[in-house]
Amino acid sequence: MSHAADLPLWAALLASFFVLLGAGLTLIGAIGLVRLKTFYDRIHAPSLGATWGAGGILLASILIFSVLQSRLVVHEILIAVFVTVTTPVTLMLLGRAALYRDRSENTADLPPPIRTDGETKSGDAI
Amino acid sequence: MSRLLPYPLLAVSLLAMWLLLNGLSLGHFVLGGVIGVAASNVTAALQPPRSRIRRWHLIPKLAAIVLFDVWRSNVAVARLILFPGQHRRVSGFVIVPLELREPAALAVLACILTCTPGTAWVEYDSTANKLLIHVFDLVDEMHWIDLIKNRYERLLLEILA
Repeated sequence: MSHAADLPLWAALLASFFVLLGAGLTLIGAIGLVRLKTFYDRIHAPSLGATWGAGGILLASILIFSVLQSRLVVHEILIAVFVTVTTPVTLMLLGRAALYRDRSENTADLPPPIRTDGETKSGDAI
Repeated sequence: MSRLLPYPLLAVSLLAMWLLLNGLSLGHFVLGGVIGVAASNVTAALQPPRSRIRRWHLIPKLAAIVLFDVWRSNVAVARLILFPGQHRRVSGFVIVPLELREPAALAVLACILTCTPGTAWVEYDSTANKLLIHVFDLVDEMHWIDLIKNRYERLLLEILA
């Protein structure tokens, strides 16, 4: 960054803390994605990067640009909102695809059927 | 009012987004307002389900609870990933019976559950109104059902009628 020298020390330290926190959580999420064994366990790990992983980096960004421009810069909030709103779409798509595969293959640790009465019609399930 | 602004909340959100992206000024306020009204009128053609927010003052409370829970869950899952040997972790599925039927409220609940690293929304059945979630560290099934029903669902039922 070209104006990094103008940043006061307290802001630099605080921003570094948030960046490291966000990057660290994202890294742990990535490690989890590699190390965990089953599909359903693995979908939990990237959530770390999508929540406080992204949040830490965005907080640092808000802090740095608000201090450098001497006004409140908060459009990073929009990034957080859109990440939060779009994450379930991908996750549900993946989760339901895995569930469909496991049910048709009759894998061992299958979740219990969600509807106990009558036939399982998947048309109206989200 | 309703002819010009079929979805006032959407129009206001679009105006807020416009101002956040472009900075606060009178010109952008007018431009964003026009875009908000025009876009929400176009959206009316899609006829999205209408939902009304009843209790605005509970939204900050829900947001604070969710932010805190997501943080706590982040730390818990991070610890389990880094030190897998500490205790025998069992993950599994939990079926949660819901009272919530409002599509917007269900969407918010989906965002909350997927954003919490410990829980994942897997399947929802609208006929039985039951939700299947996957829990990363399943110690007690009742604890998770209780958490979702008392911590999130009750507030959502109050906020969105």
